[in-house]
Amino acid sequence: MDLTWSPAEDAFRAEARSWLTEHLAAWQDRHGGEPASGDTREGFAQHLDWERDLFAGRWAAVSWPAEHGGRGATLWEWLIFEEEYYRAGCPPRVTQNGIFLLAPTVFEFGTPEQQAHILPRMAAAEDLWCQGWSEPNAGSDLAGIRAKATRVDGGWRLDGQKTWTTRGAFCTHLFGLFRTDPESERHRGLSYLLVPLDTPGVTVRGFGRLDGDEGFAEVFFDGAFLADDALPGGVVLGEVGQGWSVAMATTGSERGLTLRSPGRFLATAGRLIDLYRADPQPRLREQLVDAWMRAEAYGLFTLDTVTRLSGGAAMGADSSINKVWWSELDCDLHELALDLLGPDAELEGPWSKGWQFALSGPIYAGTNEIQRNIAAERVLGLPRK
Amino acid sequence: MFFGFDDNQLAFRDAVRDLLDKQCPPDVVRAAWDGDLDLGVWRALDEMGVTTALVPEPAGLGLDELSLALVLEETGRAGLPHPVVDTVLVAAPLLATHDDVSDAPSPGLVVTNLGGPNVTCAADADRFLLKAADGLHLVEPDGVSLAPLDTVDGARRAARIEWQPVAATLLTDDPAEVASAFDRGAFGTAAQLVGLAQRMLDLTVGYVSQREQFGQPVGAFQAVKHHLANALKELAFARPAVHRAAHSLAVGADSRERDVSMAKAMASDAARYVGRQALQCHGAIGYTVEADLHLYLKRTWALAAAWGDAAWHRDRVCTALGI
Repeated sequence: MDLTWSPAEDAFRAEARSWLTEHLAAWQDRHGGEPASGDTREGFAQHLDWERDLFAGRWAAVSWPAEHGGRGATLWEWLIFEEEYYRAGCPPRVTQNGIFLLAPTVFEFGTPEQQAHILPRMAAAEDLWCQGWSEPNAGSDLAGIRAKATRVDGGWRLDGQKTWTTRGAFCTHLFGLFRTDPESERHRGLSYLLVPLDTPGVTVRGFGRLDGDEGFAEVFFDGAFLADDALPGGVVLGEVGQGWSVAMATTGSERGLTLRSPGRFLATAGRLIDLYRADPQPRLREQLVDAWMRAEAYGLFTLDTVTRLSGGAAMGADSSINKVWWSELDCDLHELALDLLGPDAELEGPWSKGWQFALSGPIYAGTNEIQRNIAAERVLGLPRK
Repeated sequence: MFFGFDDNQLAFRDAVRDLLDKQCPPDVVRAAWDGDLDLGVWRALDEMGVTTALVPEPAGLGLDELSLALVLEETGRAGLPHPVVDTVLVAAPLLATHDDVSDAPSPGLVVTNLGGPNVTCAADADRFLLKAADGLHLVEPDGVSLAPLDTVDGARRAARIEWQPVAATLLTDDPAEVASAFDRGAFGTAAQLVGLAQRMLDLTVGYVSQREQFGQPVGAFQAVKHHLANALKELAFARPAVHRAAHSLAVGADSRERDVSMAKAMASDAARYVGRQALQCHGAIGYTVEADLHLYLKRTWALAAAWGDAAWHRDRVCTALGI
């Protein structure tokens, strides 16, 4: 065990810290000191300004190879970057569903032509990707997908509906699962398609999430014609009919490591401690330290995971307990902040906003009930039936 | 950065696990309740070097807490009733510093009241490491009288110690040394709790996979799955805290008190939680002294309270954080 960083990693941290501090302040200044929520139309545009700044500094996707807009950072450097990102108080990444959910799949299944087109434009926040997996009747039971893609001359005809599409109303492209074999059921006969949202016959309707921001969208496909050459390299990721395994191959990234790095929760725990110190309430002291320990434990658990990944292991089903841990931790951290705020917890502000966002954690990326099933069956080996 | 164990550390763990699988099955734990403490397994651990692992070479193995973390988990997993924390972690390094160990490197079976007033394996002990106002004393059995305790875990074999400190038995009066000894004990107990939790979880997974009701294994029911997924989660996140504490002790990190306390608090809470889920998922068979579960469950309760309970250690973390 060696819990020290190398001189190169220390230098990487110093570079990230200084860049983020300087550019964050400049970005905030450009937008009146306090940019709006990235889940509103106005705020999204302001956040794109930030994303493009990140790209210009080559910080948008640090772990990607340089040719796609990254800087080839190791997983350790990625962790360092995330720690610095949240410690500095940088905003949520409005491009994250592309960068953290689609990109790993593009790296694994995309053709060189697809990679060369999709990845740099994604890192540069030129193409903005949203996820089209859930449907009104296919949530936790994702294999119940009914949106279909029918093979026609030169492309696909799309019919059906997707929903709970985060920031869909502000994005330019959707990656989604569609049933391409009309005779198929459940996990079979699905394909992973890449759809420009300006395709005629595609309608996007944004609607309010719990916090009232237009962060959700539903997407309707009414006989939309998706041409094979709508994107260079084609619009199918992986093979036709293999959509389920293509999608599932990288869900570990969503649940586990990449979507919610420990830096985020450690920063929240740090702010919670500041909040306590400003007005100590001893009745909440034990809860506070418990929350801090849980954030710290998440950091240690991640060090363990990255050590194993760096040694060549794969992210396994244990990403399921990881997801339950960070999502419940996020709720607990924010709920405790509300307790510390007392009557003023009802006021709109960063903690009440964060609380409402945290509540989505146990629901998205596979509900925690589904994650517990996965942990029980695939980690503990309990019988399915 | 490498948050893991090297090949030697893993091999040491495997060797101890093999030994304990053979020499500390549930029968040995049960025997410790009523009969004698089986000294065969203790001698075997001694021969392997476990008891002098923290003693500098050549008398001992010259290892550190990190090399013992996984070994201690194994002793917890086996429900080993012997005072491995008292002897190996707490006493042996102190004796090596203050006592001449070149002739007799094995510390014998040493027990201590540093982790609490109920001293485990008191009647079996060769020597006693006892805390007094002026420091730690090393006392021979003829210098103490024992008041045996009726403990819930019969294999604790615990007693209260009555004795009078005299200058001749004082081993160390250095508060820093006493504090370090306490931290090693708390860490070792945390590691044993992780092992106990793992054992209870393994037993329960095995049981619910074969026990059938309503025509299917009870482990196929979602309610049971969720109990055990939660148990797995609490254990999985307590374990790295214990490993970090081992590292902090091994390198003498400034944060070692805080890290040990975080480890003991999380391991105590996690093991008790896993124990409750384990009992619930076993159903009535778990609520007996015939199934093995109770051996590990009752040890968990005892160790969760020993060497500072979770609330005590959380308080110490608060102090370290300045809250």
